[in-house]
Amino acid sequence: MAEIVLDKVTKRYADGALAVSDVNIEIADGEFVILVGPSGCGKSTTLNMIAGLEDITGGELRIGGVRMNEKAPKDRDIAMVFQSYALYPHMTVRENMAFPLRLAKVDNATVTRKVEEAAAILDLKAHLDRKPANLSGGQRQRVAMGRAIVRSPKAFLMDEPLSNLDAKLRGQMRTSVSRLQKQLGTTTVYVTHDQTEAMTLGDRVVVLRGGLVQQIGAPQFLYDHPANLFVAGFIGAPAMNFLPATLENGSLSTPLGTVALTDRVRRAAEAADAPREVIMGVRPEHFEDASLVDAAALDRGASFDAQVEVLESMGAEKFAYFSVEGGEAHASDLADLAADAGSAGVPDTGSQVVTRLSAASAVAEGQPAKFWFDTDKVQLFDPASGANLTYSAD
Amino acid sequence: MAVITTGKRVRWTIIDVIVVVYALVPVLWTLSLSFKSKATIGDGSFIPQEWSVQSYVDIFQTNDFLLALVNSIGISLIATAIAVVLGTMAAYAIARLDFPGKTALVGFSLLVAMFPQVSLVSPLFSIERSLSLFDTWPGLILPYITFALPLAIYTLSAFFREIPWELEKAAKMDGATPAQAFRRVIAPLAAPGVFTTAILVFIFCWNDFLFAISLTATTRSRTVPAALQFFTGASQFEDPTGQICAAAVVITIPIVLFVLFFQRRIVAGLTSGAVKG
Repeated sequence: MAEIVLDKVTKRYADGALAVSDVNIEIADGEFVILVGPSGCGKSTTLNMIAGLEDITGGELRIGGVRMNEKAPKDRDIAMVFQSYALYPHMTVRENMAFPLRLAKVDNATVTRKVEEAAAILDLKAHLDRKPANLSGGQRQRVAMGRAIVRSPKAFLMDEPLSNLDAKLRGQMRTSVSRLQKQLGTTTVYVTHDQTEAMTLGDRVVVLRGGLVQQIGAPQFLYDHPANLFVAGFIGAPAMNFLPATLENGSLSTPLGTVALTDRVRRAAEAADAPREVIMGVRPEHFEDASLVDAAALDRGASFDAQVEVLESMGAEKFAYFSVEGGEAHASDLADLAADAGSAGVPDTGSQVVTRLSAASAVAEGQPAKFWFDTDKVQLFDPASGANLTYSAD
Repeated sequence: MAVITTGKRVRWTIIDVIVVVYALVPVLWTLSLSFKSKATIGDGSFIPQEWSVQSYVDIFQTNDFLLALVNSIGISLIATAIAVVLGTMAAYAIARLDFPGKTALVGFSLLVAMFPQVSLVSPLFSIERSLSLFDTWPGLILPYITFALPLAIYTLSAFFREIPWELEKAAKMDGATPAQAFRRVIAPLAAPGVFTTAILVFIFCWNDFLFAISLTATTRSRTVPAALQFFTGASQFEDPTGQICAAAVVITIPIVLFVLFFQRRIVAGLTSGAVKG
């Protein structure tokens, strides 16, 4: 077990393409860190550089205080779980899991004991003598985990280990990965493009975009205090709503009407020297059906009318979608997010807003309704830089 | 799935039978001739009227055939072994690595495969004579390797491309050196490809007549296909048809055994289960 330090790590390919630029991450011993971002953001490249499967162009990688840049993967004492599992098809489950130990020249009795232990933890005892071809996806995934844990390495690297599983199994495996990591207490770096996995699994999340670290922090902190538009839009599902807005004399004119800024938002905006034109971000859960909000709260927020276009009733909550006039928020961060979500180029008249309402709400599809949102929870972003103007570290 | 009607099945059966008969009649005819006695060899009947193993006894009584058989086996096995080992390494590099001149190497080996062998016989004859390779085992092994390598490289690189790259990365992460990763993970998975290639190369060497007749002079290195040409009857006026047929049957046996033996190892889909999909 050891801490992993990436000190200004950079990856530049032979053709000049910059995959990872100046990444600084300090991962504490036993910590579970998630690298998340859209495809092509450099998260897998970063993981491969920690593994030693790709060379580091610049900067330094230290594991347990020792420089690792020039060491071969086998000398780094770290285990990796691949997206495709990469099980050896000609070996049984037992042989697959024993392979790292055999290479390390561990004696037979110890190999047997460690494989049995790992199989017990992962519930694979009944399958030890089967070949990978005869296992289900979830079992193969567990064998891949088993091969990583038998050796008790300094760290685990996981490259989207759950993305090949179906949704239900993915949910189950997510909790068991989390439990396993707590049980073993091994430093883990986990790559995913799934923001749910990022939110639920890690102690800390590193959001990457175009090879640059956008923000590092605990999942809840990233959710509440995104450093920029990209993090705000990437973390959270359904995503934060972004609307163009104009700051004027302490009030904000938005497609949802003119809103008086609360003290917190105004102070933050002033401190950040906010431009006149900004982007307002509101999370879906900060909206509510106005008829369900008590009078005191109504005064603290802003109310507006809208025509509900789509209503999704999830049982415990309702998602109401509507469009607002007044144009769309534009920023390079948002374009990237749209490209990742596959919605780039979808013609859009105005902005789509999604709200999360209580199940008790009586709004109906196709009917006008009165909505309320909490103006103190509003976040303001600079359209040019994408920076969060209302960012605060507390 | 298409419905197989009775008419379709009958049509296919007829076509299959025609193909099988077309392919097997000459073989069976040879087999039949080899078992006929000298008196009945020209009687034209498909099934021998008088069964005799005299032809087989005859070919094994002369030293020529036995020596040719030893030459054939030795030369073919050595050429196959060397071609497959070199081919495996070359194919692995072509399938896995990016190195300068890769395209040139692939193109060059294709060129070798397409080169008409007959145009090389005369130069090779002169070269081998001046290098004292003429009428020796290496004198045949070297050209066989040259012409078998493109075949080996092409077949093997196709097999290597099928092996998921991630398996090798996984082996490295599990603590294997590149050599261990190749030996313990890649080589076992490539085995079906290696055996397939070995069969093809062996058959190529075993069947070769052109080089065997041109680059040998004595029983020191003459292989069976060439030796058959030098068969004579008991007297100059006797036709050695029976012996030639018996020899042809004998030299077919190793090929059949070779294929039967390795066929089990050519299991399609050996890599299934390695990765999802």
